[in-house]
Amino acid sequence: MFDLHGYFPMILDGMLLTVEVALLSLLIAVILGLLGALAKLSNSKIARTLATVYTTIIRGIPDLVLMTLVFFGGQILLNNIGDSLGWEYIDISPFIAGTLTIGFIFGAYMTETFRGGILAVSRGEIEAALAFGMSKRKVFIRITLPLMVRHALPGFGNNWMVLAKTTALVSVIGLHDMVYNAGVAGGSTRQPFTFYLVVAMLFLCITGLSDLGLRWANRRYSIGVRKV
Amino acid sequence: MDFEAIIDNLPLYLEGLWVTIQLVVLALVSGFGLAVPLALLAVSKNSFLSFPAKTYIYFFRGTPLLVQMFLLYHGLAQFEAVRESVLWIVFKEAYWCAVTAFALNTAAYTAEILRGAIEQTPFGETEAAQACGMSKFTMYRRIILPGSFRRALPAYGNEVIFMLHGSALAGVITIVDLFGAAKIVNARYFVPFESFITAGFFYLCCTFIIVWFFKWVEKHWYAHLRPRTS
Repeated sequence: MFDLHGYFPMILDGMLLTVEVALLSLLIAVILGLLGALAKLSNSKIARTLATVYTTIIRGIPDLVLMTLVFFGGQILLNNIGDSLGWEYIDISPFIAGTLTIGFIFGAYMTETFRGGILAVSRGEIEAALAFGMSKRKVFIRITLPLMVRHALPGFGNNWMVLAKTTALVSVIGLHDMVYNAGVAGGSTRQPFTFYLVVAMLFLCITGLSDLGLRWANRRYSIGVRKV
Repeated sequence: MDFEAIIDNLPLYLEGLWVTIQLVVLALVSGFGLAVPLALLAVSKNSFLSFPAKTYIYFFRGTPLLVQMFLLYHGLAQFEAVRESVLWIVFKEAYWCAVTAFALNTAAYTAEILRGAIEQTPFGETEAAQACGMSKFTMYRRIILPGSFRRALPAYGNEVIFMLHGSALAGVITIVDLFGAAKIVNARYFVPFESFITAGFFYLCCTFIIVWFFKWVEKHWYAHLRPRTS
Protein backbone atom coordinates (compact mmCIF):
# COMPACT_ATOMS: atom_id res chain seq x y z
CA MET A 1 0.00 0.00 0.00
CA PHE A 2 2.87 2.33 0.72
CA ASP A 3 4.42 2.23 -2.73
CA LEU A 4 4.75 5.97 -3.33
CA HIS A 5 5.95 5.73 -6.96
CA GLY A 6 8.80 8.15 -6.31
CA TYR A 7 6.52 10.97 -5.18
CA PHE A 8 7.88 11.08 -1.64
CA PRO A 9 10.47 13.84 -2.31
CA MET A 10 7.67 16.01 -3.69
CA ILE A 11 5.65 15.50 -0.52
CA LEU A 12 8.72 16.37 1.55
CA ASP A 13 9.19 19.54 -0.51
CA GLY A 14 5.63 20.41 0.37
CA MET A 15 6.32 19.69 4.01
CA LEU A 16 9.20 22.15 3.95
CA LEU A 17 6.84 24.81 2.64
CA THR A 18 4.25 23.89 5.29
CA VAL A 19 6.86 24.34 8.01
CA GLU A 20 8.01 27.64 6.47
CA VAL A 21 4.46 29.00 6.39
CA ALA A 22 3.86 27.81 9.94
CA LEU A 23 7.02 29.35 11.40
CA LEU A 24 6.64 32.66 9.58
CA SER A 25 3.03 33.04 10.57
CA LEU A 26 3.95 32.10 14.14
CA LEU A 27 6.37 35.01 14.15
CA ILE A 28 3.66 37.39 12.94
CA ALA A 29 1.20 35.94 15.44
CA VAL A 30 3.60 36.41 18.38
CA ILE A 31 4.29 40.04 17.45
CA LEU A 32 0.59 40.79 16.95
CA GLY A 33 -0.23 38.89 20.12
CA LEU A 34 2.18 40.93 22.22
CA LEU A 35 0.90 44.18 20.73
CA GLY A 36 -2.68 43.07 21.23
CA ALA A 37 -2.09 42.03 24.83
CA LEU A 38 -0.40 45.34 25.60
CA ALA A 39 -3.27 47.19 23.96
CA LYS A 40 -5.85 45.24 25.94
CA LEU A 41 -4.06 46.00 29.20
CA SER A 42 -3.29 49.62 28.39
CA ASN A 43 -4.98 52.65 29.90
CA SER A 44 -6.02 54.01 26.53
CA LYS A 45 -9.64 53.29 25.80
CA ILE A 46 -9.11 53.45 22.02
CA ALA A 47 -6.36 50.81 22.15
CA ARG A 48 -8.51 48.55 24.32
CA THR A 49 -11.50 48.85 22.00
CA LEU A 50 -9.39 48.25 18.90
CA ALA A 51 -7.85 45.13 20.40
CA THR A 52 -11.23 43.82 21.52
CA VAL A 53 -12.74 44.36 18.07
CA TYR A 54 -9.73 42.62 16.52
CA THR A 55 -9.92 39.53 18.71
CA THR A 56 -13.71 39.26 18.58
CA ILE A 57 -14.02 39.51 14.82
CA ILE A 58 -11.09 37.28 14.01
CA ARG A 59 -12.18 34.58 16.42
CA GLY A 60 -15.75 34.72 15.13
CA ILE A 61 -15.01 34.10 11.45
CA PRO A 62 -13.68 30.82 10.00
CA ASP A 63 -10.01 30.90 9.02
CA LEU A 64 -10.82 29.67 5.52
CA VAL A 65 -13.17 32.61 4.88
CA LEU A 66 -10.58 35.08 6.15
CA MET A 67 -7.90 33.53 4.01
CA THR A 68 -9.90 33.70 0.78
CA LEU A 69 -10.93 37.22 1.72
CA VAL A 70 -7.30 38.30 2.02
CA PHE A 71 -6.20 36.35 -1.06
CA PHE A 72 -8.92 37.48 -3.48
CA GLY A 73 -10.01 40.69 -1.82
CA GLY A 74 -6.55 41.91 -0.85
CA GLN A 75 -5.51 41.62 -4.47
CA ILE A 76 -8.23 44.01 -5.60
CA LEU A 77 -7.72 46.37 -2.69
CA LEU A 78 -4.00 46.57 -3.32
CA ASN A 79 -4.45 47.24 -7.01
CA ASN A 80 -7.10 49.88 -6.38
CA ILE A 81 -4.70 51.65 -4.07
CA GLY A 82 -1.90 51.06 -6.56
CA ASP A 83 -3.93 52.51 -9.41
CA SER A 84 -4.57 55.76 -7.59
CA LEU A 85 -0.91 56.04 -6.63
CA GLY A 86 0.33 55.02 -10.05
CA TRP A 87 2.10 51.80 -9.03
CA GLU A 88 2.73 48.83 -11.25
CA TYR A 89 0.39 45.85 -11.01
CA ILE A 90 1.11 44.00 -7.78
CA ASP A 91 0.48 40.29 -7.48
CA ILE A 92 -0.36 38.89 -4.06
CA SER A 93 1.20 35.45 -3.95
CA PRO A 94 -0.69 32.71 -2.14
CA PHE A 95 2.36 32.39 0.12
CA ILE A 96 2.08 35.97 1.35
CA ALA A 97 -1.71 35.83 1.62
CA GLY A 98 -1.62 32.53 3.50
CA THR A 99 1.17 33.47 5.88
CA LEU A 100 -0.28 36.89 6.64
CA THR A 101 -3.79 35.58 7.25
CA ILE A 102 -2.69 32.71 9.50
CA GLY A 103 -0.43 35.10 11.40
CA PHE A 104 -3.25 37.59 11.69
CA ILE A 105 -5.74 34.96 12.92
CA PHE A 106 -3.44 33.46 15.51
CA GLY A 107 -2.37 36.92 16.62
CA ALA A 108 -5.88 37.15 18.05
CA TYR A 109 -5.54 33.88 19.93
CA MET A 110 -2.05 34.82 21.11
CA THR A 111 -3.42 38.14 22.37
CA GLU A 112 -5.68 36.28 24.79
CA THR A 113 -2.93 33.88 25.84
CA PHE A 114 -0.38 36.63 26.44
CA ARG A 115 -2.92 38.80 28.23
CA GLY A 116 -3.59 35.97 30.66
CA GLY A 117 0.14 35.41 31.09
CA ILE A 118 0.86 39.06 31.80
CA LEU A 119 -1.99 39.23 34.30
CA ALA A 120 -0.55 36.20 36.09
CA VAL A 121 2.77 37.96 36.78
CA SER A 122 2.68 38.86 40.43
CA ARG A 123 2.17 42.50 41.20
CA GLY A 124 4.99 42.58 43.73
CA GLU A 125 7.66 41.87 41.12
CA ILE A 126 6.51 44.79 39.01
CA GLU A 127 6.29 47.07 42.04
CA ALA A 128 9.80 46.10 43.04
CA ALA A 129 11.08 46.91 39.56
CA LEU A 130 9.33 50.27 39.64
CA ALA A 131 10.83 50.93 43.06
CA PHE A 132 14.25 50.36 41.52
CA GLY A 133 13.47 53.24 39.23
CA MET A 134 13.09 51.25 36.03
CA SER A 135 11.11 52.90 33.29
CA LYS A 136 7.83 51.26 32.22
CA ARG A 137 9.45 49.93 29.07
CA LYS A 138 12.31 48.43 31.03
CA VAL A 139 9.92 46.82 33.48
CA PHE A 140 8.12 45.17 30.59
CA ILE A 141 11.26 43.92 28.84
CA ARG A 142 13.20 42.84 31.92
CA ILE A 143 10.50 41.67 34.31
CA THR A 144 7.05 41.14 32.84
CA LEU A 145 8.05 39.53 29.54
CA PRO A 146 10.38 36.83 30.91
CA LEU A 147 8.04 36.01 33.79
CA MET A 148 5.01 35.94 31.52
CA VAL A 149 6.53 33.17 29.37
CA ARG A 150 5.99 30.56 32.04
CA HIS A 151 2.31 31.29 32.40
CA ALA A 152 1.68 31.73 28.69
CA LEU A 153 3.60 28.64 27.55
CA PRO A 154 0.79 26.02 27.77
CA GLY A 155 -1.62 28.25 25.85
CA PHE A 156 1.12 29.17 23.41
CA GLY A 157 1.76 25.48 22.79
CA ASN A 158 -1.90 24.80 22.06
CA ASN A 159 -2.05 27.74 19.68
CA TRP A 160 1.04 26.54 17.85
CA MET A 161 -0.43 23.06 17.38
CA VAL A 162 -3.66 24.48 15.96
CA LEU A 163 -1.66 26.89 13.79
CA ALA A 164 0.46 24.08 12.37
CA LYS A 165 -2.69 22.20 11.36
CA THR A 166 -4.32 25.34 9.95
CA THR A 167 -1.47 25.69 7.44
CA ALA A 168 -3.15 22.84 5.53
CA LEU A 169 -5.66 25.46 4.34
CA VAL A 170 -3.06 27.21 2.18
CA SER A 171 -3.49 24.36 -0.28
CA VAL A 172 -6.99 25.70 -0.96
CA ILE A 173 -5.62 29.01 -2.27
CA GLY A 174 -3.21 27.12 -4.49
CA LEU A 175 0.02 27.04 -2.52
CA HIS A 176 2.00 23.86 -3.20
CA ASP A 177 2.22 22.65 0.38
CA MET A 178 2.15 18.98 1.29
CA VAL A 179 -1.64 18.65 1.14
CA TYR A 180 -1.67 20.11 -2.37
CA ASN A 181 1.23 17.93 -3.48
CA ALA A 182 -0.47 14.86 -2.01
CA GLY A 183 -3.52 15.73 -4.11
CA VAL A 184 -1.40 15.91 -7.25
CA ALA A 185 0.46 12.69 -6.47
CA GLY A 186 -2.74 10.92 -5.45
CA GLY A 187 -4.44 12.00 -8.63
CA SER A 188 -1.76 10.76 -10.99
CA THR A 189 -1.18 7.46 -9.20
CA ARG A 190 -4.87 6.93 -8.41
CA GLN A 191 -3.92 6.36 -4.79
CA PRO A 192 -5.24 9.45 -3.02
CA PHE A 193 -5.86 7.62 0.25
CA THR A 194 -2.24 6.51 0.50
CA PHE A 195 -0.87 9.98 -0.09
CA TYR A 196 -3.26 11.77 2.24
CA LEU A 197 -2.45 9.19 4.89
CA VAL A 198 1.26 9.91 4.44
CA VAL A 199 0.52 13.62 4.86
CA ALA A 200 -1.51 12.89 7.99
CA MET A 201 1.45 10.97 9.40
CA LEU A 202 3.81 13.83 8.58
CA PHE A 203 1.49 16.23 10.40
CA LEU A 204 1.57 13.85 13.36
CA CYS A 205 5.39 14.05 13.21
CA ILE A 206 5.25 17.85 13.30
CA THR A 207 2.81 17.96 16.20
CA GLY A 208 4.62 15.14 18.02
CA LEU A 209 8.01 16.85 17.73
CA SER A 210 6.56 20.18 18.83
CA ASP A 211 5.00 18.45 21.80
CA LEU A 212 8.43 17.21 22.87
CA GLY A 213 9.94 20.66 22.39
CA LEU A 214 7.15 22.35 24.31
CA ARG A 215 7.47 19.90 27.20
CA TRP A 216 11.16 20.68 27.38
CA ALA A 217 10.48 24.43 27.34
CA ASN A 218 7.82 24.00 29.98
CA ARG A 219 10.27 22.21 32.26
CA ARG A 220 12.92 24.81 31.55
CA TYR A 221 10.63 27.71 32.40
CA SER A 222 9.17 26.18 35.55
CA ILE A 223 12.54 25.61 37.23
CA GLY A 224 12.13 26.88 40.73
CA VAL A 225 8.38 26.44 40.85
CA ARG A 226 7.30 24.12 43.61
CA LYS A 227 4.62 21.69 42.60
CA VAL A 228 1.97 20.11 44.76
CA MET B 1 -18.09 48.26 -2.32
CA ASP B 2 -21.11 47.13 -4.24
CA PHE B 3 -23.57 44.95 -2.41
CA GLU B 4 -26.13 44.73 -5.19
CA ALA B 5 -25.03 41.28 -6.30
CA ILE B 6 -25.11 40.17 -2.68
CA ILE B 7 -28.67 41.36 -2.14
CA ASP B 8 -29.77 39.61 -5.35
CA ASN B 9 -28.17 36.43 -4.11
CA LEU B 10 -29.36 36.56 -0.53
CA PRO B 11 -31.51 33.43 -1.03
CA LEU B 12 -28.36 31.54 -2.05
CA TYR B 13 -26.63 32.65 1.15
CA LEU B 14 -29.62 31.63 3.24
CA GLU B 15 -29.66 28.20 1.60
CA GLY B 16 -25.95 27.97 2.33
CA LEU B 17 -26.58 28.96 5.93
CA TRP B 18 -29.15 26.20 6.20
CA VAL B 19 -26.66 23.63 4.84
CA THR B 20 -24.02 24.88 7.28
CA ILE B 21 -26.44 24.50 10.19
CA GLN B 22 -27.34 20.98 9.04
CA LEU B 23 -23.69 19.97 8.73
CA VAL B 24 -22.77 21.36 12.14
CA VAL B 25 -25.76 19.90 13.98
CA LEU B 26 -25.44 16.46 12.36
CA ALA B 27 -21.70 16.38 13.09
CA LEU B 28 -22.08 17.58 16.67
CA VAL B 29 -24.89 15.18 17.57
CA SER B 30 -23.27 12.07 16.10
CA GLY B 31 -19.84 13.22 17.27
CA PHE B 32 -21.08 13.59 20.82
CA GLY B 33 -22.68 10.16 20.68
CA LEU B 34 -19.34 8.73 19.65
CA ALA B 35 -17.37 10.81 22.14
CA VAL B 36 -19.02 9.49 25.32
CA PRO B 37 -18.05 5.82 24.79
CA LEU B 38 -14.63 6.95 23.50
CA ALA B 39 -14.00 8.98 26.65
CA LEU B 40 -15.14 6.08 28.84
CA LEU B 41 -12.74 3.75 27.01
CA ALA B 42 -9.92 6.29 27.28
CA VAL B 43 -10.20 6.58 31.08
CA SER B 44 -10.34 2.82 31.49
CA LYS B 45 -7.52 1.26 33.50
CA ASN B 46 -7.43 -1.67 31.10
CA SER B 47 -4.93 -0.61 28.46
CA PHE B 48 -6.47 -2.95 25.86
CA LEU B 49 -9.48 -0.67 26.03
CA SER B 50 -7.79 2.68 26.55
CA PHE B 51 -5.03 2.29 23.96
CA PRO B 52 -7.28 2.17 20.85
CA ALA B 53 -9.36 5.08 22.12
CA LYS B 54 -6.28 7.14 22.90
CA THR B 55 -4.77 6.37 19.50
CA TYR B 56 -7.98 7.45 17.80
CA ILE B 57 -8.02 10.70 19.77
CA TYR B 58 -4.33 11.30 19.05
CA PHE B 59 -4.72 10.77 15.32
CA PHE B 60 -7.76 12.99 14.87
CA ARG B 61 -6.44 15.76 17.10
CA GLY B 62 -2.99 15.68 15.54
CA THR B 63 -3.96 15.96 11.87
CA PRO B 64 -5.77 18.76 10.02
CA LEU B 65 -9.51 18.42 9.45
CA LEU B 66 -8.93 19.20 5.78
CA VAL B 67 -6.72 16.13 5.40
CA GLN B 68 -9.25 13.95 7.23
CA MET B 69 -11.99 15.17 4.92
CA PHE B 70 -9.85 14.56 1.82
CA LEU B 71 -9.04 11.06 3.09
CA LEU B 72 -12.74 10.24 2.98
CA TYR B 73 -13.79 12.29 -0.04
CA HIS B 74 -10.89 11.66 -2.42
CA GLY B 75 -9.29 8.72 -0.65
CA LEU B 76 -12.01 6.12 -0.21
CA ALA B 77 -12.53 5.72 -3.96
CA GLN B 78 -9.08 4.13 -4.08
CA PHE B 79 -10.46 0.91 -2.63
CA GLU B 80 -12.54 -1.25 -4.88
CA ALA B 81 -14.02 -2.99 -1.85
CA VAL B 82 -15.50 0.32 -0.71
CA ARG B 83 -16.73 1.25 -4.15
CA GLU B 84 -18.62 -2.02 -4.47
CA SER B 85 -20.07 -2.10 -0.98
CA VAL B 86 -23.29 -0.49 0.24
CA LEU B 87 -21.17 2.14 1.98
CA TRP B 88 -20.52 3.70 -1.41
CA ILE B 89 -24.08 5.01 -1.59
CA VAL B 90 -23.14 7.17 1.39
CA PHE B 91 -19.54 8.03 0.62
CA LYS B 92 -19.94 8.97 -3.04
CA GLU B 93 -21.82 12.04 -1.82
CA ALA B 94 -19.61 14.96 -0.83
CA TYR B 95 -22.22 15.92 1.76
CA TRP B 96 -21.97 12.68 3.72
CA CYS B 97 -18.19 12.59 3.44
CA ALA B 98 -18.09 16.02 5.05
CA VAL B 99 -20.56 15.07 7.78
CA THR B 100 -18.63 11.89 8.56
CA ALA B 101 -15.27 13.65 8.64
CA PHE B 102 -16.62 16.43 10.88
CA ALA B 103 -18.31 13.93 13.21
CA LEU B 104 -15.18 11.78 13.57
CA ASN B 105 -13.10 14.90 14.17
CA THR B 106 -15.32 16.52 16.75
CA ALA B 107 -15.76 13.14 18.47
CA ALA B 108 -12.01 13.05 19.15
CA TYR B 109 -11.90 16.60 20.53
CA THR B 110 -15.05 16.10 22.61
CA ALA B 111 -13.77 12.78 23.95
CA GLU B 112 -10.57 14.49 25.08
CA ILE B 113 -12.60 17.23 26.83
CA LEU B 114 -14.80 14.62 28.51
CA ARG B 115 -11.80 12.51 29.50
CA GLY B 116 -10.32 15.47 31.33
CA ALA B 117 -13.67 16.19 32.99
CA ILE B 118 -14.17 12.58 34.10
CA GLU B 119 -10.68 12.42 35.56
CA GLN B 120 -11.39 15.56 37.56
CA THR B 121 -14.36 14.01 39.34
CA PRO B 122 -13.79 14.62 43.07
CA PHE B 123 -12.87 11.32 44.70
CA GLY B 124 -15.40 11.88 47.48
CA GLU B 125 -18.27 11.73 45.01
CA THR B 126 -17.42 8.28 43.73
CA GLU B 127 -16.62 7.14 47.26
CA ALA B 128 -20.04 8.27 48.41
CA ALA B 129 -21.67 6.56 45.44
CA GLN B 130 -19.91 3.31 46.30
CA ALA B 131 -20.90 3.66 49.92
CA CYS B 132 -24.50 3.93 48.76
CA GLY B 133 -24.02 0.57 47.08
CA MET B 134 -24.27 1.78 43.49
CA SER B 135 -23.00 -0.50 40.77
CA LYS B 136 -20.34 0.88 38.46
CA PHE B 137 -22.91 1.47 35.72
CA THR B 138 -25.27 3.35 38.02
CA MET B 139 -22.40 5.38 39.40
CA TYR B 140 -21.36 6.49 35.92
CA ARG B 141 -24.93 7.21 34.89
CA ARG B 142 -25.96 9.11 38.00
CA ILE B 143 -22.79 10.64 39.41
CA ILE B 144 -19.74 10.74 37.16
CA LEU B 145 -21.21 11.55 33.76
CA PRO B 146 -23.63 14.32 34.79
CA GLY B 147 -20.90 16.01 36.82
CA SER B 148 -18.44 15.65 33.97
CA PHE B 149 -20.81 17.16 31.44
CA ARG B 150 -21.11 20.17 33.67
CA ARG B 151 -17.36 20.52 34.08
CA ALA B 152 -16.88 20.05 30.34
CA LEU B 153 -19.39 22.71 29.34
CA PRO B 154 -17.12 25.76 28.81
CA ALA B 155 -14.59 23.76 26.80
CA TYR B 156 -17.38 22.14 24.80
CA GLY B 157 -18.74 25.56 23.91
CA ASN B 158 -15.41 26.36 22.30
CA GLU B 159 -15.46 23.06 20.46
CA VAL B 160 -18.90 23.88 19.01
CA ILE B 161 -17.51 27.18 17.69
CA PHE B 162 -14.52 25.37 16.21
CA MET B 163 -16.87 22.93 14.50
CA LEU B 164 -18.85 25.83 13.01
CA HIS B 165 -15.62 27.31 11.67
CA GLY B 166 -14.36 23.94 10.50
CA SER B 167 -17.58 23.35 8.59
CA ALA B 168 -16.50 26.03 6.11
CA LEU B 169 -14.18 23.36 4.69
CA ALA B 170 -17.26 21.69 3.20
CA GLY B 171 -17.26 24.51 0.65
CA VAL B 172 -13.93 23.17 -0.65
CA ILE B 173 -15.46 19.86 -1.73
CA THR B 174 -18.29 21.29 -3.86
CA ILE B 175 -20.91 21.55 -1.09
CA VAL B 176 -22.87 24.79 -1.22
CA ASP B 177 -22.71 25.82 2.42
CA LEU B 178 -22.18 29.43 3.48
CA PHE B 179 -18.60 29.43 2.21
CA GLY B 180 -19.64 27.57 -0.93
CA ALA B 181 -22.32 30.20 -1.58
CA ALA B 182 -19.74 32.97 -1.19
CA LYS B 183 -17.46 31.15 -3.62
CA ILE B 184 -20.25 30.91 -6.20
CA VAL B 185 -21.17 34.59 -5.88
CA ASN B 186 -17.52 35.57 -6.16
CA ALA B 187 -17.04 33.43 -9.25
CA ARG B 188 -20.15 34.82 -10.96
CA TYR B 189 -19.78 38.52 -10.23
CA PHE B 190 -16.14 38.80 -9.18
CA VAL B 191 -16.87 40.64 -5.94
CA PRO B 192 -14.40 38.91 -3.57
CA PHE B 193 -14.68 41.50 -0.82
CA GLU B 194 -18.42 41.69 -0.66
CA SER B 195 -19.09 37.98 -1.13
CA PHE B 196 -16.69 36.72 1.53
CA ILE B 197 -17.45 39.52 3.98
CA THR B 198 -21.13 38.60 3.77
CA ALA B 199 -20.30 34.96 4.53
CA GLY B 200 -18.05 36.14 7.36
CA PHE B 201 -20.86 38.25 8.74
CA PHE B 202 -23.22 35.25 8.82
CA TYR B 203 -20.55 33.13 10.53
CA LEU B 204 -19.97 35.91 13.05
CA CYS B 205 -23.69 36.00 13.86
CA CYS B 206 -23.76 32.22 14.31
CA THR B 207 -20.73 32.44 16.60
CA PHE B 208 -22.42 35.08 18.73
CA ILE B 209 -25.58 33.00 18.98
CA ILE B 210 -23.56 29.96 20.09
CA VAL B 211 -21.63 32.02 22.66
CA TRP B 212 -24.86 33.50 23.97
CA PHE B 213 -26.51 30.08 24.11
CA PHE B 214 -23.67 28.56 26.12
CA LYS B 215 -23.67 31.50 28.50
CA TRP B 216 -27.35 30.89 29.04
CA VAL B 217 -26.83 27.14 29.66
CA GLU B 218 -23.93 27.88 32.00
CA LYS B 219 -26.10 30.24 33.98
CA HIS B 220 -28.61 27.44 34.35
CA TRP B 221 -26.13 24.63 35.13
CA TYR B 222 -23.85 26.65 37.35
CA ALA B 223 -26.69 28.22 39.33
CA HIS B 224 -25.37 26.67 42.56
CA LEU B 225 -21.95 28.26 42.04
CA ARG B 226 -23.15 31.82 41.55
CA PRO B 227 -22.32 34.26 44.32
CA ARG B 228 -25.37 34.82 46.47
CA THR B 229 -27.14 38.10 45.87
CA SER B 230 -29.66 39.09 48.45
